[in-house]
Amino acid sequence: MPGKLKVKIVAGRHLPVMDRASDLTDAFVEVKFGNTTFKTDVYPKSLNPQWNSEWFKFEVDDEELQDEPLQITVLDHDTYSANDAIGKVYIDIDPLLYSEAATVISGWFPIYDTIHGIRGEINVVVKVDLFNDLNRFRQSSCGVKFFCTTSIPKCYRAVIIHGFVEELVVNEDPEYQWIDRIRTPRASNEARQRLISLMSGELQRKIGLKVLEMRGNAVVGYLQCFDLEGESGLVVRAIGTVCTLDKLSNTSAFLPACNSPSKEMKESPLVHPPSHGCRSTHNSPIHTATGSRLTQNFSVSVPTLIYTGMGSGSAGKEGGPFKTLLRQQTQSALEQREFPFFTLTTFPPGFLVHVGGVVSARSVKLLDRIHNPDEPETRDAWWAEIRQEIKSHAKALGCHAVVGYSESTSICEEVCILSASGTAAVLNPRFLQDGTVEGCLEQRIEEASPPGCGFCHIPYDELNMPFPAHLTYCYNCRKQKVPDVLFTTIDLPVEAIVIGKGCLIQARLCRLKKKAQAEANATSISNLLPFMEYEVHTQLMNKLKLRGMNALFGLRIQITVGENMLMGLASATGVYLAALPTPGGIQIAGKTPNDGTYEQHISHMQKKINDTIAKNKELYEINPPELPEEIIGSPIPEPRQRSRLLRSQSESSDEVTELDLSHGKKDAFVLEIDDTDAMEDVHSLLTDAPPPSGFYSCNTEIMPGISNWTPEIQMFTAVRVSRLGNINLTNQTLNKNFNDLCENLLKSLYFKLRSMVPCCLCHVNFTVALPEDELVQIAVTAVAITFDKNQTLQANKAPTEKSQQRASTDNEEQLQFPLELCPDPLASQPSLPAKEVLEGATSQTGIPAAQRDRCNSWIELIKLKAQTIRRGSIKTTASLDKTSPLAEGYLRHRSVPSCTNSTVSVVKMTPLSFLPGAKITKYLGIINMFFIRETTSLREEGGVSGFLHAFIAEVFAMVRAHVAALGGNAVVSYIMKQCVFMENPNKNQAQCLINVSGDAVIFVRESELEMLPVQPSTVVSQPTSSGGDVTT
Amino acid sequence: MTSDLDIFVGNTTLIDEEVYQLWLDGYTVSEAVSRRLRGGLLERSGTSVSVLQSDTRDHFRTFQMLERLLHSPPRLCQQLLFQIPPPRQAALIQGYYAFEPALARELLGKKLSKGTKKELDEVSARTGLSLRACRRQFDNFKRVFKAVEELKGPLAELIQQHFLLPPPLARDYAAIVFFANSRFETGKRRLQFLSFGDLAACAQHMMGHWTQGAMTPEAAEPDGDVPRSFLQDLKELKVLVSDKDLLDQHKSLVCSALRGKISVYNEMETNFKVLDPCRSDHWSLGDLRLFLGSYTTAPRALGGFRHQLLWERYMAGISACLLRMYHE
Repeated sequence: MPGKLKVKIVAGRHLPVMDRASDLTDAFVEVKFGNTTFKTDVYPKSLNPQWNSEWFKFEVDDEELQDEPLQITVLDHDTYSANDAIGKVYIDIDPLLYSEAATVISGWFPIYDTIHGIRGEINVVVKVDLFNDLNRFRQSSCGVKFFCTTSIPKCYRAVIIHGFVEELVVNEDPEYQWIDRIRTPRASNEARQRLISLMSGELQRKIGLKVLEMRGNAVVGYLQCFDLEGESGLVVRAIGTVCTLDKLSNTSAFLPACNSPSKEMKESPLVHPPSHGCRSTHNSPIHTATGSRLTQNFSVSVPTLIYTGMGSGSAGKEGGPFKTLLRQQTQSALEQREFPFFTLTTFPPGFLVHVGGVVSARSVKLLDRIHNPDEPETRDAWWAEIRQEIKSHAKALGCHAVVGYSESTSICEEVCILSASGTAAVLNPRFLQDGTVEGCLEQRIEEASPPGCGFCHIPYDELNMPFPAHLTYCYNCRKQKVPDVLFTTIDLPVEAIVIGKGCLIQARLCRLKKKAQAEANATSISNLLPFMEYEVHTQLMNKLKLRGMNALFGLRIQITVGENMLMGLASATGVYLAALPTPGGIQIAGKTPNDGTYEQHISHMQKKINDTIAKNKELYEINPPELPEEIIGSPIPEPRQRSRLLRSQSESSDEVTELDLSHGKKDAFVLEIDDTDAMEDVHSLLTDAPPPSGFYSCNTEIMPGISNWTPEIQMFTAVRVSRLGNINLTNQTLNKNFNDLCENLLKSLYFKLRSMVPCCLCHVNFTVALPEDELVQIAVTAVAITFDKNQTLQANKAPTEKSQQRASTDNEEQLQFPLELCPDPLASQPSLPAKEVLEGATSQTGIPAAQRDRCNSWIELIKLKAQTIRRGSIKTTASLDKTSPLAEGYLRHRSVPSCTNSTVSVVKMTPLSFLPGAKITKYLGIINMFFIRETTSLREEGGVSGFLHAFIAEVFAMVRAHVAALGGNAVVSYIMKQCVFMENPNKNQAQCLINVSGDAVIFVRESELEMLPVQPSTVVSQPTSSGGDVTT
Repeated sequence: MTSDLDIFVGNTTLIDEEVYQLWLDGYTVSEAVSRRLRGGLLERSGTSVSVLQSDTRDHFRTFQMLERLLHSPPRLCQQLLFQIPPPRQAALIQGYYAFEPALARELLGKKLSKGTKKELDEVSARTGLSLRACRRQFDNFKRVFKAVEELKGPLAELIQQHFLLPPPLARDYAAIVFFANSRFETGKRRLQFLSFGDLAACAQHMMGHWTQGAMTPEAAEPDGDVPRSFLQDLKELKVLVSDKDLLDQHKSLVCSALRGKISVYNEMETNFKVLDPCRSDHWSLGDLRLFLGSYTTAPRALGGFRHQLLWERYMAGISACLLRMYHE
């Protein structure tokens, strides 16, 4: 019996009226964990019940602790009929299971009902006592930390980065069970929510076990998704990167841990065998043992592209002697792993040696052919197949590892497209064994490839490539070869030398497909996929050129399957890497050169394109230093090669798929206008409007060229569903519609956030779904961050601002008691002399401006009043504190927004792994939440927009409440992984499923850190803090 | 390609003050869009009409969701659904509870009932406010009235606590509640010249001087009512008018005290009691103040008048009101 879970139900507030006669509610609470249920007393006739229950204690295995969510149900007692459920709260207690995270969950949680939404709040306290368990064969994995963040979390150091971990669990979807015909929608939704919560817990526990086997202690870049397969089941799957992390204490942050090589040699065999054996049992023997089963399914694996900017081919031979050495070492470290994949997108400096390019694989499967749908084997085999393909693609690029790796699915009826993509790379083997940054080999690498450009150098052998290559010597170090364009799925490495700013680049594409059944359908999809990939790639390349840039980061290509069409949306951040050559322009050529007017038109188009490129270069500040040709070429020893390279530069390159498509080796950047389609393409190239002035956008974590962020951030989710309407759709009109939809959405985001200018939309994440025949759904989550235009100015301003702040808080402190009712000097000052003036003004104009300006202080004033009244003892405390003005200022600073029970602590949310101007001091655990909302009164709830608007707001609120209850004040690496929306306007119904995740953290403003090096304990022990006492 | 569903949800609720005002003024989405267009927003931000429509719809939807919470401002501060910084919350509340003085003037002293609500279309026509805005403001009056109806203590402070309003606005609401309670007939033709501001100030003076709260800080009765006991006591003061002797004495005392100090002495004698004649005779405000002061203190010298304290309390209220009312 290794754990005791303790739960206390404190109070409720704002409950709905359940008894129409009395306009009141007789509420009580059921607390359920596993199979044990406790109940509080009924608190009669109140909408704000005070249960103040005893501690409910559950004695459970830690395995159960990991799998099960704590389930709290608020009910209305009814003497004569069944008790009515008001709503539920699911609490994931996982964060309490590892020592460094949260110790208590305490706070107000929204009471959620899948039909009515949020119905009041409940205050709950949860604690866990864990006992040490010496059982080696335990099934739990308590203590393994999980992070959604795809980089090494800020307050940790990676000792070892072990590698890939994956797991998948399957269950029957409650909505497709026979019982669903007779139960209420609410019961069905709740069954589903509970099941996914359980499955997530189980999945996390299983992954944790693998982590322990690999001798790791954490999973970074943890990505969990669910697939609603329908009849065949509900799949929850996850991937991540196993690491051994060391918590950084502030003092020992930069202690070098240089171990002797001999010690490493001894250590490495200890490290690796477990990592080899950790593969799940039902996964590895697939190709042989389950082969017979696989033949039962329909399955098409689409050989997809390898993007390097130039193409793919067979494995290149080893290049120079250094490369060989490096390869051998990396190989030794990685070869034993089945999949040398890393879900990380940002790496410790020196980890990434070379980047080959993007590798991706897709596969079309039929779900109704799964032989044994309740077992995970088939899906495991599918994914194994795809990963194998990725691995071989990476090998073809001379790489042994794949970084920035991710997997996704798109399901429509019984067809499922599985996709995986990543960036082929060569890694520094030292990190895979030992986290020492200051290794001897590492220094050698540094020497060989300078930090700013090393990763751009090609990992493959340039003399032995079967595809047309366009290599030049690196424009930075001039020693190694680089490609002319580089595509990656990772974030821009911090050390990369970039010229100018980056920008969001999207390729959008629709392809009609005939409605078909089963194999025919899957075949037609598989046939379309390569064409789509090719076109998406061409679009990306053209748009990149149009912006005068030469590299893409954070590339994410989403192919969505619908009943009668396929949609492709690729997003990436374009930048100009100093190491890569300047991209050539775009030439357009007509088919009928003798036609005068036609030629005029062509030259007009050409001019337009050239103008756009020039404009973009100016906009993104791309001014690479002009280099005379001799300098570029000078260190190249072989003159034969050199001439080839110079020639190819002007031609630019093309990518070729493994299936060599019609384009063949044609130059991609001569756009031939031979029909109206091509014309449309050129037009659509030019329709992408640049963001309005003051706005930048990217889909990566950091925006090159902007560093002076302010703390002002705004995370948002926008969703649009559009009806394509027209039955006689062509690919062209579809493309145009889809393009307009995306462009308009971006435009409206810029408009909405115009008050934040100058600002950058970071981590812009588009997801496309085709919920029904003619409907396209686009969801965008991103964060807008304001930056300071004048960096130097800000640096000067900061200290004065701070001192002013200090002065004002000190001032307030002194005035607080003499002017008890008006502690704010700003508020109290004008109240006497200006009284009459204000009165007069009010009567004439409603709200005079002066009054409006003052309104800030009213709320505060009222709160402070309440505060001073309620906390009688504060006076003595405060006066004691006066000895240390700093601590006191801090205390007050914190107490103003959060101390009265009328305010809710602010919780920031961001898809980024950091908060500008702040330091993350603690990771409190992973947030992984799944909600279903349904309505049978769609019109009454404001139609589809009103319904979804409210639901997303509710999801945000529940995430914030959980974070606050953990004692956190922000969620980082927040992601909305799924938003499945279905409507039936005729029946006045709609349903939506949302899955979100992120890391709950505590952050401290850098300015506050300086002001207060040691956190005062008085703050923690404030009586009013409800677990979420938090700085803003 | 039409957008069926189009939403934007920020972690911090995005509020556009201009759109909020348009919503408060009772415009529909399309009216608000055309107003924003007229404001030249399109040119300034370089966006399209459809973006503006989508933005306006989004804000209006947010406000509709917020409205439920605005009905009980403390809840707005406690709720978890919308993350709004406290200064913004205060601005939202203040905006929602702000009212048009002209409308308040129309409704002053009327019963805040369904019947009155039905007459709002006339009020709307007279004040130029949209019917929706009238209804919201009427409902605000009624909500505040209901909330404090049964409560004890100083009215303005109660309202401030329950609705988190800035004190001047809370005082105005207190005045509205006071009039709604006491039903002074402010609609009389002779009082038409008085603005809402005048009457609100009067209400404050009356509350300040006459109600329980003014006498004992821990008032046992709500402040919206003038205590019955006080009204009973006032009957005693009639003696000053009904007793011819006292009246004459009082008059001569006042006259002698003011001789030479007031420029319109001659008229004073004749206009001993009423306000209207003062105006027609062009008294200055200073004169009136002197007169009232003297009028209040004079009975101290009257033998046989035993209600000096009560008299002064009554006169303090009356004087303040008269002074306020005394304008063009």
